[in-house]
Amino acid sequence: MRTLLVWMAGGLASAALTPVALANGWNMPVGVTALSRDIYSLHMIIFWICVIIGVIVFGAMFYSLFRYRHSKGAKAATFHEHTSVEVIWTAIPLLILVGMAVPATATLKNMYDTSEADLDVMVTGQQWRWRYEYLGEDVAFTSNLGTPREQIDGTGEKGEHYLLEVDKPLVLPVGQKVRLLLTSDDVIHSWWVPDLAVKQDAIPGFVNENWVRIEEPGIYRGQCAELCGKDHAFMPVVVEAVEQERFDEWLAERQQAAEEEASSADREWSMDELMARGEQTYGAVCASCHQADGQGAGNFPALAGNEAMLEDIDWHIDRVVNGVSGTAMASFRNTLSAVEIAAVVTYERNAWGNDSGDSVQPSEIAEQLAEQGE
Amino acid sequence: MAFHLPPKPTPQHSTATAGGVAEPGHAKPHWLMRWLLTTNHKEIGSLYLIFSLTMFFIGGIFALVVRAELFQPGLQLVRPEFFNQMTTMHGLIMVFGAIMPAFVGLANWMVPLQIGAPDMALPRLNNFSFWLLPVAFGLLLSTLLMPGGGPNFGWTFYAPLSTTYAPPSTTFFILSLHIAGISSILGAINIIATILNLRAPGMRMMDMPLFVWTWLITAFLLIAVMPVLAGVITMMLMDINFGTSFFNAAGGGDPVLFQHLFWFFGHPEVYIMILPAFGIVSAIIPTFSRKRLFGYASMVYATAAIALLSFLVWAHHMFVVGLPLVAELFFMYTTMLIAVPTGVKIFNWVATMFRGSISFEPPMLFALAFVVQFTVGGFSGLMLAISPADFQYHDTYFVVAHFHYVLVPGALFAILAGAYYWLPKWTGHYPHLRLSQWHFWLSVIGVNLTFFPMHFSGLAGMPRRIPDYALQFADFNMAASLGAFLFGASQLLFVLVIIKCVRGGEKAPAKAWEGAEDLEWSVPSPAPLHTFETPPEFHPDRH
Amino acid sequence: MSNEQATNREGVRRTVTRTLVVLAGMFAFAFALVPLYDVFCEVTGLNGKTSNTAQMLVHEEVDTSRMVTVQFITRASAGLPWELDVQTRQVRVHPGQSNEVFFTFRNRGGEASRAKAVPSVSPSEASVHLRKLSCFCFQEQRLAGGERLEAPLVFQLTRDLPADIKTVTLVYTLYPVQPAQAAVLPRGPIEEGDSA
Repeated sequence: MRTLLVWMAGGLASAALTPVALANGWNMPVGVTALSRDIYSLHMIIFWICVIIGVIVFGAMFYSLFRYRHSKGAKAATFHEHTSVEVIWTAIPLLILVGMAVPATATLKNMYDTSEADLDVMVTGQQWRWRYEYLGEDVAFTSNLGTPREQIDGTGEKGEHYLLEVDKPLVLPVGQKVRLLLTSDDVIHSWWVPDLAVKQDAIPGFVNENWVRIEEPGIYRGQCAELCGKDHAFMPVVVEAVEQERFDEWLAERQQAAEEEASSADREWSMDELMARGEQTYGAVCASCHQADGQGAGNFPALAGNEAMLEDIDWHIDRVVNGVSGTAMASFRNTLSAVEIAAVVTYERNAWGNDSGDSVQPSEIAEQLAEQGE
Repeated sequence: MAFHLPPKPTPQHSTATAGGVAEPGHAKPHWLMRWLLTTNHKEIGSLYLIFSLTMFFIGGIFALVVRAELFQPGLQLVRPEFFNQMTTMHGLIMVFGAIMPAFVGLANWMVPLQIGAPDMALPRLNNFSFWLLPVAFGLLLSTLLMPGGGPNFGWTFYAPLSTTYAPPSTTFFILSLHIAGISSILGAINIIATILNLRAPGMRMMDMPLFVWTWLITAFLLIAVMPVLAGVITMMLMDINFGTSFFNAAGGGDPVLFQHLFWFFGHPEVYIMILPAFGIVSAIIPTFSRKRLFGYASMVYATAAIALLSFLVWAHHMFVVGLPLVAELFFMYTTMLIAVPTGVKIFNWVATMFRGSISFEPPMLFALAFVVQFTVGGFSGLMLAISPADFQYHDTYFVVAHFHYVLVPGALFAILAGAYYWLPKWTGHYPHLRLSQWHFWLSVIGVNLTFFPMHFSGLAGMPRRIPDYALQFADFNMAASLGAFLFGASQLLFVLVIIKCVRGGEKAPAKAWEGAEDLEWSVPSPAPLHTFETPPEFHPDRH
Repeated sequence: MSNEQATNREGVRRTVTRTLVVLAGMFAFAFALVPLYDVFCEVTGLNGKTSNTAQMLVHEEVDTSRMVTVQFITRASAGLPWELDVQTRQVRVHPGQSNEVFFTFRNRGGEASRAKAVPSVSPSEASVHLRKLSCFCFQEQRLAGGERLEAPLVFQLTRDLPADIKTVTLVYTLYPVQPAQAAVLPRGPIEEGDSA
């Protein structure tokens, strides 16, 4: 019933302005969920109410400015109050607002109903990336900005999805109610995908709930929506919605990949393999702060020629695994695999002229980490 | 070195002008000491206005750095760390250093004149209130040069970005806000004391001009909420330096508590920045329509209603924080409700124009532009009030468009209108007409070119406070950046107008505008340094 | 000074006194809001904060007509070489039933350190119905390097839990406790191999 009412009102409004509704890139997207369509309708209704009121008020105003010009000899009237008119123009806006509040309340109640979800996903905001964990499925990964640095600093041509692409999107099944649990590891972030009409703050130490049921397969892009430090603009959200069977396959693939990654920690890795993998990991995860050339910037220490780091390999590993409380240096114990940690530490100790000759085997890291926290 | 405070006003001195002529029997004070120690409301008013204009240009330059970087996608000019400092400082300077002091300056100049008082109730406190500001803002601006840079967490400085993860200069930022806050509080006390106690005999509360009413109500808002800001920033200071955990979850605190406290101050703050504007426009439109303000009483009640309601809406800035449903609904309803008294005021202005006899001098141009564009800002505000829709608007450029519309072609245009309106009273000359008109039209074009596209980029999905953006937002940003530079450059015309006006121009009589009716128009133009030393006869035939 | 000026001076003095009182009151109000906020949240259950102290379980009949899924999520934070694990990801309970779930703390670092587990409940409406008799989150924990500790959570979801809440998620985030801030709290329950 609620949906019907909202739709009737929204439909009338939207019908009148189909050209604007379809003006992609100028208006809010209609989106691919029932909620996003409700929100779009509310948006268009209130928009048109404002337009109509504006036309009336500005019409009266510009009419007066034209018709009662002093230069054309208009003589001013002397009235300066009129109680019944004032009562009417107080009451009518009040009634319009009450009218607006009804569908808005219904939609809000719907937005808050996270019960009976089919899938739970934990979304953690970090400076400056998102981490996704499928609760109960043992699949977890970090999603980093995928746009190459050259496109940002202008030495490369910008791709179509500039700043809205990631290395690993959040894959969700179509048609299922997905419950999102949001939190943060450091400062307040906000997870937002316009096409899904989901936005919620990710607050350190607290967990928020939201939900989404995506109706159409596709790729939906969004961004962090709360200032969170220097790379606030560089931590996009990408959701890939797929059919249920494909989702189940994907989940199985990810689980297997995680197992392979874990078991590949057992073997011996060569220096070249470690350096190659390390460079890749460093570029995706570390370079945004410590820079591609290891020189650091501002608060972020340089790694090239970093004596403290080079002198004490355990200290180095500890920083990467445990992070540093109260700074942007996060703990990577859960974000990176044992292979990645070993590789990136090896890379940092040998790149940019550091040339320490040190290497760390994934098995050593795996021993330190022992069981996964999940 | 012996220095003399300017002598207490006595009737013989009323012929001296506000131009530094030596008073009979006293050596002329050295110009520096004169301005440092003046307790005269007109001189202090001028100090506030000049300070505010300077801050406006500084804050404006920071905005132009932002818009220059956002001219095209990509990072071309500044690093994101510095960009965040620019957006933060732009906000802080404009809110606390430009808009608020400008309104205080106008209040200082005009409230005593409009109520027939010889000066403010506490003239020495008045001087102190002003001189706190250059200290506060000198300190704030100096943080840009400190190691780690200046504040970079947005003018709303949410914890823990502004506490645990903040640069070392944050303690100085907090100190500068404390000093500026004290200045505002002392100024507000002064205004309330003046308006309640020093009105000319026969002037009842409901006889006061609307600018006086709106400033009285604004002063009460200041008394109520500036201490809350002081409390919040003190808690921040303690979290940063003394190991407390007001806003730190690790210690049992809550970052959302910060937001509640901040916005409990922050929302009334934005009404503090707009109510005096309503008062100015309510003086100008009747003057140039040659017709009394329509619905004086409802204007007063509407202003009071807005002020009261402003305490009940704060969490509409927090709709996506994870508020409980009942809270979310409550704040949606109260926020929608506040549109009613605001709408009433707009209808009253239009009704004042209707069947008036309207001319379009520069003050009226700015006041009319205020009415139209503030209403546009009000509409986007109403859209934002719809909580479910706000999930799509929050923290996007749609919000940036909204508040810039109500603050720039809103509050700022009202200040400019007031300046054009009262410059003849201050200087004895009319502002240069052609230049004023150029200033107006270039400002209107500039301001709309800058901020209107932001509605679209916000709806299309562009978040706030980002130095770089996806390609679909490029055109909107380019237009906005061009508009910003046009608008910024046009304000130089205003400076030119002021300088010319101070030095000369067409002479203005006491009643500089045909339709002007309030008490300030009964004293000569330019107003002498001391006015109304004997209270005037006030006849309440108007209002 | 004329009569009128004297009256004005008196009036000004009164106004200033009154505004200063209001000022002081508002400043105190801002600080009072801090505990008020906590009280408000605890009483209404808003904000997902749970009680910091042990609560008696309500002696009531178990509601066998429905089950609620209780999920446990554990998280560590930067700078702390600890891990927090839970024996089971989720349990299904009846409202009114009392339950015990074991959590394991491990200090993977080389040195002794302290940490506190901070809870958060979602949906926040459930937190006022979650009663904890025994929780490691009430105090900070101290572990020597390499030490391991098992600690129970004994809790009850009361019968008056709204019927539309079918899943409750309890998140524990481990935070380091800096020595300077550490309150003097009693030690946690039985530890294994405690040598420090």
